[in-house]
Amino acid sequence: MTQTPESSAPVRPRAVIEVEAVHKTFGDLHVLKSCELTVRAGEVAVLVGPSGSGKSTLLRCLNQLEEPSAGRVLIDGEVQGYQPDPLPDGRWQKLASAQIAAQRSRIGMVFQRFHLFPHLTALGNVMEAPVQVRGLPRAAAEKKARAHLERVGLADRADHYPSELSGGQQQRVAIARALAMDPELMLFDEPTSALDPELVSEVLAVLKDLAADGMTMVVVTHEMNFAREVADQVVFMDEGRILERGTPEQVIDHPGSERLQGFLASVL
Amino acid sequence: MSTTQTHSPSQGFTPIRARAASRPGTWISAVVVAVLALGLIWFLVTNPVLEWGTVATYLLDVKVVQGVGWTLLLTAASMVLGTAVALTAAIMRRSDNPVLRGVSWAYIFVFRGIPVYTQLVFWGLFTVIVPKLVIGVPFGPELLSFSTRDLLTAFWAAVIGLGLNEGAYLAEIIRSGLNSVDRGQSEASKALGMSTGTILRRIIVPQAMRVIVPPLGNETIGMLKTTSLVLAVPFTLDLTFATNGIANKLFTPIPLLIVAALWYLAITSVLMVGQHYLEKHFGRGFDARTPTTGRGGRSRQAAVNRAGTTPHDPLPEVEL
Repeated sequence: MTQTPESSAPVRPRAVIEVEAVHKTFGDLHVLKSCELTVRAGEVAVLVGPSGSGKSTLLRCLNQLEEPSAGRVLIDGEVQGYQPDPLPDGRWQKLASAQIAAQRSRIGMVFQRFHLFPHLTALGNVMEAPVQVRGLPRAAAEKKARAHLERVGLADRADHYPSELSGGQQQRVAIARALAMDPELMLFDEPTSALDPELVSEVLAVLKDLAADGMTMVVVTHEMNFAREVADQVVFMDEGRILERGTPEQVIDHPGSERLQGFLASVL
Repeated sequence: MSTTQTHSPSQGFTPIRARAASRPGTWISAVVVAVLALGLIWFLVTNPVLEWGTVATYLLDVKVVQGVGWTLLLTAASMVLGTAVALTAAIMRRSDNPVLRGVSWAYIFVFRGIPVYTQLVFWGLFTVIVPKLVIGVPFGPELLSFSTRDLLTAFWAAVIGLGLNEGAYLAEIIRSGLNSVDRGQSEASKALGMSTGTILRRIIVPQAMRVIVPPLGNETIGMLKTTSLVLAVPFTLDLTFATNGIANKLFTPIPLLIVAALWYLAITSVLMVGQHYLEKHFGRGFDARTPTTGRGGRSRQAAVNRAGTTPHDPLPEVEL
């Protein structure tokens, strides 16, 4: 049920992600400049842009792996990292680390370099957070974990350690690990960039399957064909700004700015 | 590149029949070292001063065996205390809280900087310095008070002295172990909603153990030998004190030094076996042939191949 975000549609699904005027600086480096982004339930937003354009930083602001220097991130209408209302003196009350962890636990994230736990088997990786964070009994967590591994096509690799799996298989385990927390949305940070070319398609297949199931997703990627096929919204970033956004046809096929044209020429 | 030699002509090639290059230096040095080693053994066996008969008599003497027991107990208790203190200090060193960081730094500075012997004498005198421990309201009435003389026996003074000294060294070892775990591990754990404590306990520490265990084994062996200093407390039941006592009675110091040395060697051998199994346990999931990172190319590929996971992939390839 992927819906295009046409403003003419009578009932639009609720906004799951709202990024409001987010800035981020690292010292003197201004890496995000007034970024605005809305992603609705069931939508797939694909962030593209040259390296260093801030797309990964923006993605990491969504689950508080980075703290925005200014602006707000709302997930399901809930301000991330702070109490909903400012204090009388105008400052914002930061949430305690346990509350931040609870907010993060609703958002799945998949990293470029997988970051699987090397000392646990594939099954152990997928079970870990449901047991430790949700307090699920081990038996129930194992059953669920096996179902998630099955979904990414790795049921028979449950007892392998990450070092015994190919890159594509590791990334699929990482996806299953994120899914095991029943997230409301999934973030993918260049999920295929660290893979050998012949392994990219098996990971993209899992992403497409998730999108078709109606998962809300934000994907940072250089895979333009994937963006064209799956994205509801393509967002082009350059030098910390969102320069263009729209449907794949608008952004990929009819780029407005010279920068986007140049970028597309280099990746397509 | 170590390919296994195949002599089968069916593979279509004849393997090279190589003759090793001559290396006279290897032979000469081997002969020289072997002669020296044999000479040393001959000297040890035949030298009458060593009194091997006395060694045999006292090797299993009740006092000596009891001394071995106490030495083992001291080693184990001090290492447990040292590791617990060290883990706390290492985690405090990584904290954002400057007070915790500072206290941890000061602990390591003081206990690493003072000789163990001095520390042991100090702990032996602790009951003189602090005769009474009081639990109560600060500057107010006291609720409970203990005489330290009743609590702090010579054994516990020795354990505390050895353990706190050891903790300062282990703290640095554990800290470098914790730092060796890739930052991505804690990021991935945070993204799953784990708390800082869970991340440490379930993700970081188990992986750090791989780096910590080898030096921890060394430290344990070192501790075994350091226990011979507990006379400073004075604690007088350990192996070295037992053999010295017998030696002084018989006026034969040399054979009893050999008795002690043989026992220390025997215990060290047992500890090395234990270390091997610990390393194996914490190395699971990491290929044994890549001791440092666990991800480098060849051996990881070998592991993938061995697991046979890639060729018959269950997920259909998708054309883009």
